[in-house]
Formats: sequence, structure tokens, C-alpha cells
Amino acid sequence: MRAPPAYTEYHPRWFRRRISTYWWLGQWSYLLFILRELTSVFVAYWVLITLLQISALKAGPQAHAQFQEFLRAPLLVTLNAISLLFVVFHAVTWFNLLPQVLVLRVGGKRLPGAVIAAAHYFGWGVVSAAVAWLLVGA
Amino acid sequence: MTDTITLEVARYQPETDAEPVFQSYQTPFRKDWVVLDALNYIKDKLDGSLSFRWSCRMGICGSCGMMVNGEPKLTCAVFLSDYAPGPVRVEPLRYFPVIRDLVIEWTDFLEKLKSVNPWIVRDQEKPLSEGEHLQTPAQLDAYKQFSMCINCMLCYAACPVYGLDSLFTGPAAIALAQRYNLDSRDQGAAQRMDVLSQHEGIWGCTFVGECTKVCPKHVDPAGAIQQYKMAAAIDRFQSLLMPWRER
Repeated sequence: MRAPPAYTEYHPRWFRRRISTYWWLGQWSYLLFILRELTSVFVAYWVLITLLQISALKAGPQAHAQFQEFLRAPLLVTLNAISLLFVVFHAVTWFNLLPQVLVLRVGGKRLPGAVIAAAHYFGWGVVSAAVAWLLVGA
Repeated sequence: MTDTITLEVARYQPETDAEPVFQSYQTPFRKDWVVLDALNYIKDKLDGSLSFRWSCRMGICGSCGMMVNGEPKLTCAVFLSDYAPGPVRVEPLRYFPVIRDLVIEWTDFLEKLKSVNPWIVRDQEKPLSEGEHLQTPAQLDAYKQFSMCINCMLCYAACPVYGLDSLFTGPAAIALAQRYNLDSRDQGAAQRMDVLSQHEGIWGCTFVGECTKVCPKHVDPAGAIQQYKMAAAIDRFQSLLMPWRER
């Protein structure tokens, strides 16, 4: 017979399961959540690149041309492509979560979540179109 | 269709076991049986030593929450046929200490629930002679969704933040705090803010959103917490900009 582990009557031994460091790999939704959290790194990177670009612009045409050349390096192009994916993922997940955060009441009724999300997507579309027009059209 | 199904049930007997082990049982497979019916069949006919909590069988008491195939579920509300041909894996609710078999220790949740004063708080009680507190349908609508919580704790079993940091107040308790904050009869929002504006309160939440997905009553605790954060942030800015304003 196995020796029973230490156990006091009326004070049962609770079993607590240890949480694995890789808990976020166990469930698809957890993994998506971690990826969403990770997007913040790429958003920060995006901001940094933009700031560097502005400072190059301020330093004069030659510095800016140099910076443009630097951006054309295959490594940078790959990195920027990956960041773009993450930043888009960031925006999409954020807009999809917004209806849970924003409660707007119109005439006593709560505005449906789809309307709130759609309004944000619309705003995103307008701003993107304006930027595209600035870059390409003008 | 086969007429039996296999249930793999987590067994933990503190007298003899160092950790839970799975035990398989063959139970009848009937279209109108929920997982809880199969557990009761095991208890009645196959193995009387199996321990689990249940009461109402109709999704209102909140006692029979367990992990079914890795997801937090009310076992009275999921049919065996949803998991056909099986096997169906039944485990105690995740992130809680296990007392025995499928029974978890929930004192921690009850303490957290109590800490947010989930009742109507009044500065001054109205005398009975003045009658009841009246409420318009719109005022009722403001908090009704959050009042549907049955304290089944499925949201805690879905929340990795609670799993990693057991000090976190957790989804249901915060949703219930919000339920009373939004109640037009209540005046306890400032009291609750003192508890919930701590790091282990609303700010512990990273908006994984799983609590809302598993909630059998569509309470949306994740939404409640983010709305609470927003209210807390607005409150903070207002007291910064207008320090003379009364809280």
C-alpha cells in the first residue's frame, strides 16, 4: 500500500496546477492575444522610423536621400513589410474590440457595436485615402 | 450512432493522490443528455466516489461549471451530442485549487466579490415611509446585462491573468461592481473605485476577452472592465483639471 501523503482531517490538501510559461500556446485565442500585445513593439518601431525620417528631412536633402537609401536595404524592406502586417493587425483588433469599450446611447438605446466599429473603419479608410492622395496624387 | 460514450474524468483524492489522474467511464449516449446527466449516471451506477458540485440543472445556480474538453462550460448546458463520438474530457475549473475530483476551492472568489461591495450602497437610507426607489426602463437597461451574472466562475477559468496572478480581482467581481455603479439607486461608486483602481483591480486586466466568450449569461465582463477603466481615466482627468469638483 502507498503511504498516504501528509493530510490533516478537515484541512484537505488542495491541488494547484502550475501554469506553464507557454500557456499562450495552448489555445488559439490566447496566441492571438499575445500576438496582439506584440504588435505594440512594431507600432513603436514605426514611430521611431517616422521620427528618424523627419529628423533626416530636417537635416537637409542629402541626409534625407541617404536615409531613403538606407530604407531600401533588403533587410529594412523585409522588416517594414512584417511591421506593416503587425500594425494592420493592431488596428483591426483594436477596432473590433472598441464596441465593447465605447457605450454610446442614442435616444436611450445603446448604439449597436457594428455601427461603432464601422464608423472607425470608415475613418481609417478616409485618412488612408488622404495620405495615399498626398503621396501619389499630388 | 453508438449508444455509449466515453467520459474521461479527472480524479483527485487528496488522501492518496499526489496529483489528478484521468479515469474513463462508459455511459449511455442519449441525445437529450447533458454532460451533467452523464456525471450523475457515473455517480449513481458506476462509481459513487466521484465528487462534483451541481444543483439546479438549468443554468441558473452556477454550481456545475467544469472544463469540458478544455473549455469552461456549465455541464448542465452542454449536450453529450456536442462532443460525439467522444471521448469527453471533464476536469475541474482551471486556475482554482482542487479540493477533490471536480470540486474546486472558491473562497478566493467569494472574498473578491465581497471586496467590491456588490450591493446597493446609500449615503443615507431612505425611510420606508417614502416608498421604493423608482427606476425608469432606461435606467434599468443601463446595468441589466451585468446583473445577469450567476457567479459560476467560468470567466475566472478562462482568464489567464487570474491564472498567472491570483491577486487579480477578476472578471465577474468587476462586472458586478460595474452593475451596481450603473444602478441609478446606488451611491457607492467612489468606494468601489478605491478598491478597483488598484493594480490588481481593473488595471490588471489586459483585455484577453475570453471571459466574455465563455460567459453562459452574456454578461460581457471584459466590456464591463474596459468601461470601468474609461470611467476611471475620465474621473482622474476631471479631478486633475477641476480639483474643486466633488468626487
